[in-house]
Amino acid sequence: MRIKARRRRAIAALTGPAYLWLAATVFLPLSAMLYFSFQEKGPFGKHESAFTLEHYEAFFAKDYLLALTWRSLEMGFHVTLACALVGFPAALALARHVRGRWREALFLLVVLPFWSNALVRVFSWTVVLRPDGVLDWAAGLLLGGFLGDCAAAGGGLCLPAIDLTDSYAAIVIGLVHSYLPYMILTCYLSLQAIDDSLIEAARSLGAGWAGVFWRVVLPLALPGLVAGTVLIFVPVIGSFFEPRLLGGPKGAVIGTVIEEQFTVVSNWPLGGALSFILLAIVLLVMALAWPLLKDRLRPAS
Amino acid sequence: MRKTGFPAAAILGAVLAAAPVAAQEVRVLNWQGYGTDEDWAVEAFQAQTGFEVVHDYFNSEQEMLTKLRTSPGAYDVVLINSAYTRQAAEEELIAPIDAAAISNFGDLSPGLRDAAEFAWQGALYGVAWTWGVTSIAYDTEEVEPGDSIEILWNAAHAGNVALRDDSVENVYLAALATGQDMNAPDDLDAIRERLRALKPQLRTFWSSEDEWNKEFAADSFDVAVYWSGSASRSAKTYGLPVGYLIPREGAIAWLDGLSLAADAPNPEGALAFIDFMVSPQHYVRWDTETGAPASANAAAMGQLPEDAFNRQVLGDPQATANLQFMAPLSDETRQTFLDIWAETKAWYAE
Repeated sequence: MRIKARRRRAIAALTGPAYLWLAATVFLPLSAMLYFSFQEKGPFGKHESAFTLEHYEAFFAKDYLLALTWRSLEMGFHVTLACALVGFPAALALARHVRGRWREALFLLVVLPFWSNALVRVFSWTVVLRPDGVLDWAAGLLLGGFLGDCAAAGGGLCLPAIDLTDSYAAIVIGLVHSYLPYMILTCYLSLQAIDDSLIEAARSLGAGWAGVFWRVVLPLALPGLVAGTVLIFVPVIGSFFEPRLLGGPKGAVIGTVIEEQFTVVSNWPLGGALSFILLAIVLLVMALAWPLLKDRLRPAS
Repeated sequence: MRKTGFPAAAILGAVLAAAPVAAQEVRVLNWQGYGTDEDWAVEAFQAQTGFEVVHDYFNSEQEMLTKLRTSPGAYDVVLINSAYTRQAAEEELIAPIDAAAISNFGDLSPGLRDAAEFAWQGALYGVAWTWGVTSIAYDTEEVEPGDSIEILWNAAHAGNVALRDDSVENVYLAALATGQDMNAPDDLDAIRERLRALKPQLRTFWSSEDEWNKEFAADSFDVAVYWSGSASRSAKTYGLPVGYLIPREGAIAWLDGLSLAADAPNPEGALAFIDFMVSPQHYVRWDTETGAPASANAAAMGQLPEDAFNRQVLGDPQATANLQFMAPLSDETRQTFLDIWAETKAWYAE
């Protein structure tokens, strides 16, 4: 008993500060925002404010808000899928086929983007994606001469210049770049924990490499893939500055609408209400996905 | 005087307080670095009238109003954006001005001088001083501008138009294009329709003067909404082939006026200072040496060098007659404009 009590105290002492910090920085502001989302007016100026549901009703009354929310969900899906397709093989290679200092060096490259400011990264993409930009230049180098410069092509192959600025593709590329490390890191942790002997056993029982991958490696790595998906999907559907900067006139998503409620018109109640609707949608998506994943995620017993 | 030690300053202060020297000062409330506080101007005014000019500054219109409210009698002259003149007059923060005391009054462009924003209860509460425009800039090597705002919707410039991602500005433009009072548009559906119709035209959104110049130099767009002062710098300082159009349908304009503070300790000096500020003598030197917005004084504009941007583009009285000046917006109107623009952007993104 005494040992148990001591243990409990230790756990409380170790986790307490983290939970206190989270309560102060996440829970309290969120509660305040939830309160304002049911008020007529924000916390500015001298005026009476009463309880109302109008900001939640506004979401369902305006078609374009629904359309933009759907667009954000699509964007979240595309970005997460691209991260999984690029990140999982990279994590697999890192976890199972690269050893020693090479692994360290490659890991450094994976987390390197985290060391630079997010805004700087997004701006640097605009340099890459613009016509006469890095991408256009590189493609032109492969095909000879700048693309789109038909005079320089001299009667040869003349293709349009590569210009991805202000497009949906640019938003997805920028977001994948920003969030890919999460997928690689979470998948790496799952993949690295797979016991080599399981794979050897599958091989010796006659499974091909494809069989090993689909029936042993992938199911065992699923927790990492799911964790990565959650870590990416949730912030991406609420993202606003990447769509704004990389999408230009094509950059409208529900995140930018929420941001403008705060920065342009100081309408905290509507901004808050839209945020909580988005949160509800995220929770709904996860609730729907949970039955599919529940059994798979249970530690093998 | 600041360098004198404390006792000397204190004695001097006591003497100044005792003597009726307040009349020797003109106390000005303005944005910092905005024309009234140029060293040479202050010296010239003192040489001419004997009044010493003392400045205090504000960083926002709200701060300016607050300073007037909380310190009555502390200021003689105050710069007020015409959108706020009426409010200041209603709150009795400023006093009516006798136009006869302003010798340059007759030279001011009538459209600006007689703007409704400066009048309250039949009296004059602000003297038109400087103004600027948000309108359309174009590439003089590629574009034949014509004289209409329809250039933004002209299919010849499809994919070559740039706007700023600003709800108020774009709603104003569409209101002008549909012949409405931009400050109180009543046909919002017409505005929605016009904004939607820009979809095939639109190349990009710009967000700063620097970005505008770079994108323009890289040939990203040929026609774009721009600020008049910035267009002037693009052409003059960066040598870009930028032309500026004030369409016959009108343009978005702001107008600054100089007002006489209520309970001004030195009204005589204040009026002399306002008269000096709107004179060609002050404006021409300000624009040439520092770079200034357009002057409300037609004679002053006429004395600028022939090739000065402010004279060429904004000096045309015909153009100024069509301007619509920005009025203060209520929270509700701001929200309405933002909703319209957000809906339009959702349409652009489809």
